[in-house]
Amino acid sequence: MADIRRKGIHIEAICKRYGKGDTAVDALKGLEMQVFPGEVVGLIGPSGSGKSTLLKCLGAVIEPTTGRMTLGGEVIYDNGWKIPDLRALRRDKIGFVFQAPYLIPFLDVTDNVALPPMLAGRSNAESRKRALELLEALDVAHRAKAMISQLSGGEQQRVSIARALVNRPPVILADEPTAPLDSERAMAVIRILNDMAVQYETAIIVVTHDEKIIPTFKRIYRIRDGKTQEEAGEGRALNSIDSFAVLNRFPQKVR
Amino acid sequence: MISLAGRDIQHAWGKFVFTGVGLGLLIGVTLTMAGVYRGMVDDAKALLDNSGADLWVVQQGTLGPYAESSSLYDDIYRSILGMPGVTRAANVTYLTMQVRHGGQDVRAMVVGVVCGGAGQPGQPGYLVSGRRITRTHYEAVADMASGFKLGDRIRIRRNLYSVVGLTRRMVSSSGDPMVFIPIKDAQEAQFLKDNDAIVQQRRRTAANPLFNRPGAPGLLDAVIASQSKNPYVNAVLVQIKPGLSPEEAAEPIRRWKRLQVYTREQMEEILVGKLIATSAKQIGMFLVILAIVSAAIIAFIIFTLTLGKIREIAVLKLIGTRNSTIAWMILQQALALGVIGFVVGKIAATIWAPFFPKYVLLVPEDAARGFMALMVICVFASLLAIRTALRVDPAEAIGG
Ligand SMILES: Nc1ncnc2c1ncn2[C@@H]1O[C@H](COP(=O)(O)OP(=O)(O)OP(=O)(O)O)[C@@H](O)[C@H]1O
Ligand SMILES: [Mg+2]
Repeated sequence: MADIRRKGIHIEAICKRYGKGDTAVDALKGLEMQVFPGEVVGLIGPSGSGKSTLLKCLGAVIEPTTGRMTLGGEVIYDNGWKIPDLRALRRDKIGFVFQAPYLIPFLDVTDNVALPPMLAGRSNAESRKRALELLEALDVAHRAKAMISQLSGGEQQRVSIARALVNRPPVILADEPTAPLDSERAMAVIRILNDMAVQYETAIIVVTHDEKIIPTFKRIYRIRDGKTQEEAGEGRALNSIDSFAVLNRFPQKVR
Repeated sequence: MISLAGRDIQHAWGKFVFTGVGLGLLIGVTLTMAGVYRGMVDDAKALLDNSGADLWVVQQGTLGPYAESSSLYDDIYRSILGMPGVTRAANVTYLTMQVRHGGQDVRAMVVGVVCGGAGQPGQPGYLVSGRRITRTHYEAVADMASGFKLGDRIRIRRNLYSVVGLTRRMVSSSGDPMVFIPIKDAQEAQFLKDNDAIVQQRRRTAANPLFNRPGAPGLLDAVIASQSKNPYVNAVLVQIKPGLSPEEAAEPIRRWKRLQVYTREQMEEILVGKLIATSAKQIGMFLVILAIVSAAIIAFIIFTLTLGKIREIAVLKLIGTRNSTIAWMILQQALALGVIGFVVGKIAATIWAPFFPKYVLLVPEDAARGFMALMVICVFASLLAIRTALRVDPAEAIGG
C-alpha cells in the first residue's frame, strides 16, 4: 500500500501567482490534493477558481510559485526546483485528454495514437502495435486507418484517450472531456476512463462542470478560491452502461 | 518516427502542389532570365567562332569591329598577308540594318565577305542548303533565323540580292541573323548615297576652285570618281599557322603595321565584358528581384501554413515533441515546396525557351546553382515560421 500511495498524484501546498505587483493574481493558494493509481477523481469548481491553472502546473507547462508535486512516484517540483526534462516528463508520465480531441489532422487514427511512443524513441512497428492494442481496447480499431476528420465525435474522443494512455503514463489529466458530448456519450467516456484507470493503474483527474457526470466520482475535489476541499462523491455504478455501444451508435461530431 | 512534414504534405497536397506550381512558374522565369544571359554570351561566342578568324585587325585605338566602329583601307590585308605566321587574311564589313523582303523587313547583320569556300575567314562554316556566293555581285547567303528562303529576292539599300544559300546559328552579338553578301556590294551598301545626295556632292566639288581648275583638266573627274568609291572595310580577319600562339602573330602586326590586333580571348573579353555587360547587369538585377520575390512568397506560404497549425503544434509540444522535430517539419515543408517549384520551373523554362525570339540557352550549371540558391532561400524563408512555431506555448493546448 505504501508503494501505491507514493505513486499517483500528490500535491502539497501548491501556490501559483500570475503576474507581479498590483496586477498579480493568486490563482492557487496552498492547494492540497492526492489521487491514487486506479482512481478517477473529479475536480470541480466555479469559473476562475483555478482548475485549468492546476492542470497546467501538473502538466508541467507552467511552473508553480511554491509547493511540491509528485507524479508517479517522482518529485517533479519542489519549491522552485523542477525536474530538468519537462518535455520527457510530459511525454512519458502524463496523458492529456481535452474538451476537444485535439488530434493531429494529417495523421491517421493509428499514427495519432502511435505518435507518443514514437516520440519516446520506440520503433514505428512497436508503436503501431501498442496503438492498435489500445484502439482495440477502446473499440475503435475498425477505424484504425481512417483520417481524423472521418470520425464521429465519440470516436475522436476515444482516440484521444488512446493517445493519452499509449505510453502507459501513471497520470492522466482530463480537462472537460465530456463537455461537447450528450449525456449518454459523456457517461460512456467516464466509464472508459474508469476502466482504463483500473486496467493500467493510472491516476486520473477529470476537470468538469458537467452535472451529469459528477455523481459518478467516488471522490471529488471542490476547488474554491485557490484551495481544495475534498468531498465524498456518490460513486454511482456505471456498469449499466455499455459504453462502446453508446459511443458507436450515433456519429456525432465534436468540433 | 514517421515524417510529420511528409504526412502533412500528403494531407494537404492540393494546396501544396498548387502553391508549388505557382512558385515554379516564378522559378521558370528566373531560370529563363539566366538562360537569356547565357544565350547572349553564346551568341557572342557564335559570332566569334563563325568568323573563322584567329586574329581581328582593326583601326588603331578602337575596340572594333563589333563593339565600336572601325575602318581600314581595303588594301591593308595584302600587307598583313606578308606578316610572319599569317596564312590567310580577308576583308570583312559588318552593317546592322533592316533587310527588306517583300513588304516586310527583318533586322539583320549584313556581312560583306570575300568569295571563297568553307574555312575562308569570314565565310560561314557550313551551309544548311544551297551554295556559297560565287558571283561578286547581288548574291546573298542568309541565316535561317531571318526567315528567308532559297531563291528569295531581298533588298539591301538600293540593290536586290537573291538568296543562294542558308546557314544556321550565324548571328550577331545581339542575336540578329546574318546575311552574307559580296564585299564589294557591302562596301557600297555602307557608303551608297541616293541620287540627290550624289548630285549635291558633285555640285559642291565642282564649285570648289581647288578641284575645278581650268589649268588642270581631268582633275575634277578624278576627284569625283574617288569620292564616289568606298575604299574602307571594318576589319581584316586573319588566320595563322597552326601551333603558333595568337599573341606571337599579333605582336608584329601591332608593331609594324601600327594597327590594333585582337586575339580570340581579347575579342571575347570585349564582347562579353563590354558589349553585353549592361544587359548582363540588367538581367542580374532581375535575378536579384526574382530571388527576393521567391523568398517572400515561400516565407509567406510557409508562415500561413504554420499559422494554420498552431493548435496542432501546441498539442505536439504538450505530448513531448522536441522543438527540433517541429522546426525540421517546417523546414522540410519549405524545402519540399522549393523542390516542387524547381521541378515545375525547370520544366516550364525548357518548354517555353524555344519560343523566345532570341536564343535562350539553359545551362545545367545554372539550374544547379539556381537549385542551391533556392534551397538556401527556403531555409531563410522558413525561419520566420519556425520562430513562430517555437514560441507556441504548450499550455495553449490545455486552454482556459
Ligand atoms: N496567464 C494568466 N495570467 C494572469 N492571470 C491568469 C492567467 N491564467 C489564469 N489567470 C487567472 O487565474 C485564475 C484562475 O484561472 P483558471 O483558468 O485556472 O480558472 P478555471 O478554474 O480554469 O476557470 P474556467 O472554469 O472558467 O475554465 C483566474 O482568475 C484567471 O483570471
Ligand atoms: Mg478552465
